[in-house]
Amino acid sequence: MNIADLSLAEASDQLASGTISSEALTSACLSRIEALPALNTFIHVAATTAMKEARASDTRRANKASLGPLDGIPIGLKDLFVTKDMPTTAGSKILADWQAPYDGTVVKRLREAGAVIVGKNNQDEFAMGSSNEHSAAGPCVNPWHKDRVPGGSSGGSAAAVAAGQVLGSLGTDTGGSIRQPASFCGIYGLRPTYGRVSRSGVVAFASSLDQVGPFGRSAKDIALLMNVIGGFDPLDSTSAQRDHPDPLLTLKNGVKGLRIGLPHEYFSAAIDPEVDQVVRKAVQALQEAGATVQSVSLPHTKHALSTYYILCMAEASSNLARYDGVRYGYRAEETELRKMYARSRFEGFGPEVIRRILLGTYVLCAGYREAYYERAQRVRTLIRRDFESAYEGIDILLSPVSPTVAFERGSKTNDPLAMYTADILTLSVNLAGIPGLSVPVGFSSEGLPIGLQLMGKWFDEARLLQTAQALEDVLQVHQQRPKLVA
Amino acid sequence: MYTGPSVSHHMGIPTTLTEVLRTYEPVIGLEVHAQLRTESKLFCGAPNRYDPEQPNQAVTEYCAGLPGQLPVLNVQAVDMAITAGLALECTIRTHSVWARKQYFYPDLPKGYQISQYDKPICEGGRLVIRDEQGEQRTIGITRIHMEEDAGKSIHVKGRPYSLVDYSRAGVPLIEIVSDPDLRSAQEATQYLRELRSILRTLGVCDGNMERGNFRCDANVSIRPRGQTSLGERVELKNINSFRFVEQAIEIEIIRHAQVLEQGGTISQETRLFDPDRKQTRTMRSKEEAEDYRYFPDPDLPPLVVSESHVNELREILPELPANRRQRWMNTWNIPEEHAISFAEERALADFFDAAVGSQATLAPAIANLIKTEILRELKDTPEAIAESKLKPEDLRTLIVHREEGKISSSQAKKIFAKLWKGAGSIEALLKAEGEQIQDLSVLTPIIEALIQANPKQAEQLKAGQSKLAGYFVGQVMKQTKGQADPALVQKLLTKALEKMG
Repeated sequence: MNIADLSLAEASDQLASGTISSEALTSACLSRIEALPALNTFIHVAATTAMKEARASDTRRANKASLGPLDGIPIGLKDLFVTKDMPTTAGSKILADWQAPYDGTVVKRLREAGAVIVGKNNQDEFAMGSSNEHSAAGPCVNPWHKDRVPGGSSGGSAAAVAAGQVLGSLGTDTGGSIRQPASFCGIYGLRPTYGRVSRSGVVAFASSLDQVGPFGRSAKDIALLMNVIGGFDPLDSTSAQRDHPDPLLTLKNGVKGLRIGLPHEYFSAAIDPEVDQVVRKAVQALQEAGATVQSVSLPHTKHALSTYYILCMAEASSNLARYDGVRYGYRAEETELRKMYARSRFEGFGPEVIRRILLGTYVLCAGYREAYYERAQRVRTLIRRDFESAYEGIDILLSPVSPTVAFERGSKTNDPLAMYTADILTLSVNLAGIPGLSVPVGFSSEGLPIGLQLMGKWFDEARLLQTAQALEDVLQVHQQRPKLVA
Repeated sequence: MYTGPSVSHHMGIPTTLTEVLRTYEPVIGLEVHAQLRTESKLFCGAPNRYDPEQPNQAVTEYCAGLPGQLPVLNVQAVDMAITAGLALECTIRTHSVWARKQYFYPDLPKGYQISQYDKPICEGGRLVIRDEQGEQRTIGITRIHMEEDAGKSIHVKGRPYSLVDYSRAGVPLIEIVSDPDLRSAQEATQYLRELRSILRTLGVCDGNMERGNFRCDANVSIRPRGQTSLGERVELKNINSFRFVEQAIEIEIIRHAQVLEQGGTISQETRLFDPDRKQTRTMRSKEEAEDYRYFPDPDLPPLVVSESHVNELREILPELPANRRQRWMNTWNIPEEHAISFAEERALADFFDAAVGSQATLAPAIANLIKTEILRELKDTPEAIAESKLKPEDLRTLIVHREEGKISSSQAKKIFAKLWKGAGSIEALLKAEGEQIQDLSVLTPIIEALIQANPKQAEQLKAGQSKLAGYFVGQVMKQTKGQADPALVQKLLTKALEKMG
């Protein structure tokens, strides 16, 4: 077995016992990156510094000065994370040559934990997309099928973990951008509760919905990464000031007595029958392990899609105003200020980003703000209340992650609405600010991964991971590796 | 030299302010931007130190609007805004909301300014001024909101580029919006002076218009006298001194009257004051007005202030200028002119209070000395009294000695000059000057010797050439090193001449 196929938790144990070295592990990962350029999972690979960091980690271990379970683990970062020693492009031409002078909070925390940062992963431009096709670096490919998308926007981060190019990675999830690619790539992806992980040093898309989260190949991988990146950060005013229980302590506690709710709005006719079948089989497995299951209702679900897109576009139009060609990034040479702005932004941003900025500007304009933005804010409150009511009788909500398996590249790029609809099952989590976990639970007849979504109460990530672990123990889906890699 | 507003003459069209005011009543509201004197900026740790001589020295990643940067609120600025609100008798919101005001300009690094929109921190206050007849007038305060300042754009004449100084970007501001309660340009400057004096007393703003840390926009309209509805208003910008505020408003009032008298209409617009040409000109019309697309800033939770914290700040409010003036005038008999000028500058007012201490009867004498000597020394920087070497209690001791006649006024002046330079302690200086010589056994022999030495002059003086008295007194003062009591010398001289027989 190639050591790049180990889960993060397994590799961590083997590094601790001295069976493998970080140098060997990092080298195996870098070879995978080199061997599979067609996946286009990385925008930037820092091979030399990664190897240096790996050797430094091995030295620490030799000196009994390990920095913890992540010390020496090769990690990938979505290119939205600001890094002082690698470029940060956000998948956009407008930041093509930008070098940040600082590391963001989670990057610092990873470095302090000894993680080996291998490079920056491909993504949809400014995290706007569900297929990782809208990237200035070109589309990323699903390791399970060369014609399929890896999902998005954190497509490169998910695909790189699935392909064994890194053992874990970080993405961001604004409307499903961690969970959907995790599902399409057959791995675990957690979108934590809003405020659980710092957004400081992460290029903003929609501030009230963005949240940083990890990808891994097992529930324990996610727990190990969360223990390092999570927690209060004074540099992010929306960061939650509270203690978080260590999810490792409850990981193996099983699901006996767990009350699971199936929101019937999430099991509609639009769900692909194969997806529906695989998810229901997983539900049965949980019941057999001692959980109880009941149907619940989240009545405002039908408004989630329009609410989400109004709000995320409004915030994006504002967050992306700083890319004006004045201080950094792409600038079109013009002698007149207005023309310089217009051309820099028109040439620097891709079509999906421009579409969202235009729509977002529109919904905030005088005369329209009340009808769109303010109404959407009120609906958002109703959606959050749906979850509050549902959680009064249950512990956890369960649904598919995506109505379909990974779709074909190019099949939705000319139909933005169809693309937006791909997020239908994930974006309510962002509107409510609750945690959502994508768990690999099976495959379609074509051999494409299918993911299940667990949605928890605010700050109840530990219970999501505990449930995922129970599924993992029964289904053993996480052991499968994509064909392209083999 | 500018001698007051006037415009070219038309038949039947008012050309002077006096003429206009016969028919029309001006209605004015002011928007004041005051930079808060915090240690650091409003949303990042950069020092709040904007120095045009050293551009871009107080700039962090946040100030430059780099990707990934988030705002972190400076609570010192919030306390200062609340303090200003309390001094202006506003209601303090326990729950206010940060909003993004969006527009593109190179000195605005994020493409939006974090401000407050429909839920500002302070609302509904008031400020009392005196009108031209000396009557009290209450001017309503609509609101005070907090926001970040933009960077400073510098347009270099003849160069194909502009420069931007981001040291100013993110400096905390409060915007104080008055109700349209002001009725003349003179009232507008009164309001501004009083407001500045309050903010300086609170220590929240330097209040220097020329340096731009206290800036003013004026909303001006006029209406026929007796009409209750408001006329169309114009916003005036670029008025960066008290003098310009008065000029710009008066010029605008006359312009409105002329437009209306000629059958025209005033359109709502923003106009720039041109201090060189003494005129205002259109900056942008209502149609060109920017849509700022305000919305709550998702990076910042609502600002929650507890009532107990507001009460704590209320309890430590210093005495406000209006109260101070009243106290001085009523209990110390200080002339209003002095009271106004001292109260305008907190450091000076504090100095005056400390100098008087418990010696209330000396207050007018001390006030007079401050007015004639100290303010002359300080010129345009009365706040520098705080750094002066003169201690207020020493000034009191000096005046006590003078009032009791222990030293002459000229000695007092000399000692003051030394104290001002920090040349010696009050005790040493008083001792060195010695107490005034009133001892007859010392003075009489000196005078007699002088008469003997100058018999001719003595005769002439006795015969009525009184200006020679000055010569004799001067000689005595010289011989006593200025320590003789001149009035006593004069008396003794007259006596000695009579004795000459």
